[in-house]
Amino acid sequence: MSSSSLTVHGLAKRYGEFVALAPTSLDVPAGEFLTLLGPSGSGKTTLLSLIAGLATPDEGEVRIGGADVTYRPPYERDLGMVFQNYALFPHMTIEDNIAFPLKMRKVGAAEARKRAAEALEMVRLPHVAKRFPRELSGGQQQRIALARCLVYRPSIILMDEPLGALDKKLREQMQLEIKRIHRELATTIIYVTHDQEEAMTMSDRICLMNAGRIEQLGAPGDLYFRPRTVFVADFLGESNLLPARISATAGETLDIALAAGAGTGQAISNGAPLAAGADVTVMVRPQNITVRAPVDGSGKLKGRLADVMVTGSLTKLYLDAVTPGLPPLIAAYPTRSLSDEHRIGDLLELDWQAADAVAIADAGAH
Amino acid sequence: MAALPPSSSARARAAARKKRLGRALMAAPLVVLLLAFLVYPVGQLLALSVWGKAGFSLAAYQQLFASPLYFNVMLITLKISFFTTVLSVVGGYPIAYLISVASPERKATLLFWVLLSFWTSFLVRAFAWIVILGRRGVLNHLLTSLGIIDTPADLLYNFGSVLVGMVHALMPLAILTMLAVMENIDRTLPRAASTLGARPGTAFWKIYFPLSLPGVAAAAIMVFVTAIGFFIVPALLGGRRETMITQLIIDQVLQTLNWGFAGAISVLLLLVVLVVFVLYDKLLGLSSMTGTSAPRAATARPQGFGHRIGDAILTLLGDVSDRIIAVFPRGRRDGAKPPRPLVAFVWIVLVLMSLPAVLMIPLSFGSGGLNWPPQGFTLQWYREMLDSPVWAQALTRSLLVGLGTGVLSMLIGTPAAFLLVRGDMRGKGAMLAFVLSPIVVPRMIIAVGLFYMFARIGLVGTALGLVLGHTVVAVPYVVMTMMAVLRNYDTRLDLAAQSLGARPLATLRYVTLPILGAGMMSSFLFAFATSFDELTIALFASGGLNATLPKQFWDEVTLQVSPVIAAVSTCLFVFIAVLIFAADRLRRRSVAS
Ligand SMILES: Nc1ncnc2c1ncn2[C@@H]1O[C@H](COP(=O)(O)OP(=O)(O)OP(=O)(O)O)[C@@H](O)[C@H]1O
Ligand SMILES: [Mg+2]
Repeated sequence: MSSSSLTVHGLAKRYGEFVALAPTSLDVPAGEFLTLLGPSGSGKTTLLSLIAGLATPDEGEVRIGGADVTYRPPYERDLGMVFQNYALFPHMTIEDNIAFPLKMRKVGAAEARKRAAEALEMVRLPHVAKRFPRELSGGQQQRIALARCLVYRPSIILMDEPLGALDKKLREQMQLEIKRIHRELATTIIYVTHDQEEAMTMSDRICLMNAGRIEQLGAPGDLYFRPRTVFVADFLGESNLLPARISATAGETLDIALAAGAGTGQAISNGAPLAAGADVTVMVRPQNITVRAPVDGSGKLKGRLADVMVTGSLTKLYLDAVTPGLPPLIAAYPTRSLSDEHRIGDLLELDWQAADAVAIADAGAH
Repeated sequence: MAALPPSSSARARAAARKKRLGRALMAAPLVVLLLAFLVYPVGQLLALSVWGKAGFSLAAYQQLFASPLYFNVMLITLKISFFTTVLSVVGGYPIAYLISVASPERKATLLFWVLLSFWTSFLVRAFAWIVILGRRGVLNHLLTSLGIIDTPADLLYNFGSVLVGMVHALMPLAILTMLAVMENIDRTLPRAASTLGARPGTAFWKIYFPLSLPGVAAAAIMVFVTAIGFFIVPALLGGRRETMITQLIIDQVLQTLNWGFAGAISVLLLLVVLVVFVLYDKLLGLSSMTGTSAPRAATARPQGFGHRIGDAILTLLGDVSDRIIAVFPRGRRDGAKPPRPLVAFVWIVLVLMSLPAVLMIPLSFGSGGLNWPPQGFTLQWYREMLDSPVWAQALTRSLLVGLGTGVLSMLIGTPAAFLLVRGDMRGKGAMLAFVLSPIVVPRMIIAVGLFYMFARIGLVGTALGLVLGHTVVAVPYVVMTMMAVLRNYDTRLDLAAQSLGARPLATLRYVTLPILGAGMMSSFLFAFATSFDELTIALFASGGLNATLPKQFWDEVTLQVSPVIAAVSTCLFVFIAVLIFAADRLRRRSVAS
């Protein structure tokens, strides 16, 4: 196991009565790419600034490489931060911007220039050294901010929505660039984003935050397919969330009865212990729901087709459950041809595999 | 070649002509105003220095250079202006800094005190220093009762008292000018520097300070140019050895009626100001004066020697500050909070800035005259003020002239601001420089020029003359604030309204004006307050009988220092405080909605 590069223990921050970050613990091994994901105001920036030392916590501690740095100022923490708006110094050339952290570390001028040139090379902008930040495009400025951070090889790099301001194409290019640099330098990166797709594709682990606390921490696949809470299931991708009750348990597999007597079936647990009689929410991803035309009672539910949407590669069906008391449902499958066989108003049979239905304990259940 | 049908290009030309005409109409009132009441009178005054009744003559200049007196006065003027500038900028910097980094509520409080000083009449503040520094004043009382001195010292009528008065008068201007730049400095930059390894001192000197330099430069030139044309403070607080150049002009005009010589001194003064501006432009670029763009020096290619020296100095300052900071124990304090000594310094300066005017309040109710400490309680001075018709007349006249100035400046300045912000035309820079010229030309020269002109067309002593004169000096501020307001206004809102079916007038009424309202109100107040506190032009143009409030105040103060003036000062002070408070409320409401 690799050594722990960053440890956060019971870290909390309040603004007056308002809890911006509830006591939070987190362990990040060296070389990991960890993404903080969550809705606006969930405390991502707060956590990041506490780690960077830009704010002082009300309780808890931050350790970097084993040393307690909770009350150390930012300049004694040996970490790098890429700000959302880049924060390049407008009165310095690109070269001076990149050499700044080296100067702060008393690196000689010649050596600093050499390493700045190398850093520029790494972000593939060797020709802009003598320019000023405002003479670069947004994407270029972004890369300079990255270079300024990489040049002094901090053990941890924090990035707060670094790609927020870029268009889709540039964004994707930069994502690859960051991944490449992460691989090459093997630094620990803590990354904040709003973009789920970005989080899923780039991270070793995702830390999903909500209302100032960690909702779930795990590999992208875990969060997507084994959400611990309804919030996680709902936040990541599209999902069908059906209220149900557990009738019997047999190891990983659970027998369930859908609410309002809509039917029975099986589901798997998300890892948390569940007992018979517990109220749960069953999550089924749209692509795991199959629809059939004549309604013969062979499926799990019946639904009336309310709308069809073709989103390029996917066709999405929006259905109203025939049983009252169930929420509307979504099914999705790869688009096969232009003319689809289902018409709005059709009654359809819905079905899914037990392994694709995940039972999530309701919040009040324990 | 076949004749083309009435082509679209002809229609386009007609449209372009119409547009040009529209632009000309928008700029015309301002241009006419400045030509008639700035360029013409000032030019005439300058011409008078060489062209008298007897034709061309250099006699005035011979007189000017014959005796070392005038040269010495110019030197004193420069010396006072220089020290005033340095002290105002250096002392004001920490205040502007603290305001720019404060939380919104704190910012409002700090700003209130700065604005209160800024808008409290120069006269009231200078008068307050007479009372404080007098032989039986506050300071002498304090020093004797503390046993530091035995007999009251002569604190008034020397270089020190003039400097105190000048710095007190102009520091608010320095603060507000620097603040305009500091507010636009990205606050994540110093924090970014600290994550990159910069200690607080280094982060300040190498990142924040260079970025704030345009504000420092703008503040310095504004204070210097204002100081060089000042006469209230040296006249009230200075002795004979602190006579400044503008006082000589007043003497020439009011006592010896020597227009030629007044013109010659004006030429000298104008030349000095011009030299200062040329130097400033060479060093920093004039566009930085409005504080909107970085000065050339800060963004120029890092070049050789000068740059390296500057960098080395800043590095050294950073290191030294960091060592000093390191001496103090570091607790668990929040790094975001400004250091305590700074906060303490700022509050001390702010208290010193407001205290003089506040001290007038107890004195105005005291029955023992203007000696400190005040004795007894009486409303006698207020009664005298109200019983005397001169004060009431002066107040009415000042209000009238102030309103007239406000309205006229808005009518003339707003279209010009529209043109400068929205219009795409050549020569915008020249136009802006022209609009700002009333700020650059020392007020005294404008005033004397206008007096000469008004005397011949019978405008001396009329409200109209005063309104015109005050509009000339107020209109640049209106244009500048309106330009700032318009720059922040999203023109797509107008288009949206029009696309929703609103005709131009309806758009103006329901969308544009309600949104711009607060900004227009503050422009108007700016013009009003400028006029309400204007003395230089009023000194000559209001004539002997129809004095404005500042003129009346001036006449009384130069005649005798009486407690009635303390009562008037108190009224003015309270009036300004209420006005600022109301304006702030208005602004907040418009921001909230
Ligand atoms: N200085 C402050 N004073 C008061 N409340 C604050 C302050 N800074 C942050 N907050 C509050 O703390 C909460 C968490 O803020 P934070 O900036 O961490 O959210 P975030 O997850 O980064 O959101 P976003 O995705 O929008 O950037 C928010 O509700 C915010 O309003
Ligand atoms: Mg954030």
